[in-house]
Amino acid sequence: MRSPYKFALAGFAAAALLVAGCSSSSSGSSSGAAAVNWATESSAAGGGGMTALIAAAKAEGTLNVIALPPTWANYGTIISTFEKKYGIKINSALPDGSSQQEVDAIKSENGSPKAPDVVDVGLAVAAANTSLFAPYEVSTWSAIPAAQKESTGLWYEDYGGYMAVGYSSKFGTITSLNQLLSPQFKNDVALNGNPTSANAALNGVMMASLANGGSVSNIGPGVDFFAKLKKAGNFSPIQATGASIKAGTTPVVFDWDYLNLASYVGVSNWKVFIPQNAVLGGFYAQAINKNAPHPAAARLWEEFLYSQAADGGQNLWLEGGARPVEQPTMTSNGTINTAAASKLPAVTGTPVFLSPAQSTTAATYLATNWAKAVS
Amino acid sequence: MAVAATGTGARPARAGRRLSVPNWIGTVPFFGYVAIFLLWPTGIVVYDAFKNPAGNFTLSGLTALGNSQVRGYFIGSFKLSLISAVIGAVFGAILAYAIAAGNPDGMIRRLYLSVSGVLAQFGGVTLAFAFLVLIGPVGLLFHAGWYFNFPWGITLIYAYFQIPLMVLVFLPAIDGLKVQWREASESLGSSTWQYWRYVGAPLLMPAFLGALLLLFANALSAYATIQAWEDQVPYTVPQQIYNSMSSEVGLANINYADVLALGMVVLVAIVMTGYALLQRRAARWLR
Repeated sequence: MRSPYKFALAGFAAAALLVAGCSSSSSGSSSGAAAVNWATESSAAGGGGMTALIAAAKAEGTLNVIALPPTWANYGTIISTFEKKYGIKINSALPDGSSQQEVDAIKSENGSPKAPDVVDVGLAVAAANTSLFAPYEVSTWSAIPAAQKESTGLWYEDYGGYMAVGYSSKFGTITSLNQLLSPQFKNDVALNGNPTSANAALNGVMMASLANGGSVSNIGPGVDFFAKLKKAGNFSPIQATGASIKAGTTPVVFDWDYLNLASYVGVSNWKVFIPQNAVLGGFYAQAINKNAPHPAAARLWEEFLYSQAADGGQNLWLEGGARPVEQPTMTSNGTINTAAASKLPAVTGTPVFLSPAQSTTAATYLATNWAKAVS
Repeated sequence: MAVAATGTGARPARAGRRLSVPNWIGTVPFFGYVAIFLLWPTGIVVYDAFKNPAGNFTLSGLTALGNSQVRGYFIGSFKLSLISAVIGAVFGAILAYAIAAGNPDGMIRRLYLSVSGVLAQFGGVTLAFAFLVLIGPVGLLFHAGWYFNFPWGITLIYAYFQIPLMVLVFLPAIDGLKVQWREASESLGSSTWQYWRYVGAPLLMPAFLGALLLLFANALSAYATIQAWEDQVPYTVPQQIYNSMSSEVGLANINYADVLALGMVVLVAIVMTGYALLQRRAARWLR
């Protein structure tokens, strides 16, 4: 994850840790459903249903999460809602951590009561570390598209977004990427990082490829598009950040839509568009530590995150500008928060997703061709 | 040294007894520090440069240094460091001379010195961002079309801390020039040119070269400033080391980064050798 985490909120994590430390000592012995070992249950039904799971999780009293920035995808509200609803304290460690640090923590703190119970990681990291995870299928399992979960429940995508072009409204309305080649965008078009190193930037180039006749296994046309941008003098070689957008130095930015919304970047005259022939999705994934110190709370947390209720995780992510994985189902069964959904940039066309192999192919191509194209 | 060893029973253990410590013991903190923070990490870099990602020993990693892309990073690093060091050294030396010529207790001197002390430490993301906002392509002051041209755009930014650093390190040398030497050469009939050619410049040259080397190393190792200046094309070795350590998209290769770092060690060794030879020549009159 690359994100502007807020250090001030570390205080929140520290407070949560203190409270968690106090409360966990009184738990453990008061377990009601003593017979069920939640660490090996792969569904709530298998352990006696949601009531039993809630009781067991409450008895554990604590949940350890890691690398969840409160300002990212509405996690601040999601954590406080869960705490209030179930009376379980959340110990939120290392809110500014990366996906790799999350799995490193599972390994290094194995057996400790402070080890992360659950993680929220990038797909590549999830796929590479399945031996650390416990399979679990949430009650709404069938609402997660098959392509967006590991078939036995070792990981399952949670929320994400589409690659989008954010731009200052001084340019009017942009409807196609080729408009960006015109002289009015001189020095204005930036990526979120270098595509040979940052995933968001690689997907930005891939989106340009899809819009210019490329495919998920051919990023070449995207590189050619940026070479044309560079030749037109419109490409900006600096990394787009919230600060650069606020300062006006990157008036056009390729980035995930949930990091590119006016409400997120804090600039009111900011618009977002997703090219209709190039809808490229990117999702994060949830997974449970197979040696979680709080196995029932970990499973209840997943049930909460994948709940379609108005105050459930899916709608709360949506309110944070991210697209929950069950959104298609929720749109058809009417549980979606329509007000929040209508604030997202419109998408027309079928979304595509890069597989880890396709991502590697693209990265290898970029390693030899990217610098040449834009220098 | 005769220590009064006359303690006759009262406090035999404490009074007058000297521990016999070897002389070198005082250097232990320094050498310990150097060992932990310089030699050890350098050793790891060199050792890992000869390994492949699987952990086996290999020399093939070194072939990366012959790759034309990699050669480009080294040429870029060298060019940027040399140009920004020369610009910093020349302008800094002139400024230092102007300051030295003024009142030694004056307001101007104190102002320049404290401002230089601050600006010499100003760098990184904040500095690059300040330049970008002021004179970048959509800058507030004017729009510099050449802002992203390598090496001139980044050289301008580096000059911002190189010149003050030069003032700080070179001023003591200029202060060392005695007025009497100038008076003596003038009373012997020398012109201003002759004074500088035969007295001033030879006196200052060793200090000038030393400062130039410091500025060169300062620019060579700088990373945050150039990375914040532009993020897309690695022009210098530190930028490429960062890319090969942090890639989220599967291009990370720590051993490749080690090979690049080893190349920088070699580059510094070559520059240091050149410096030592020049210094020898410049300081001939001292011997």
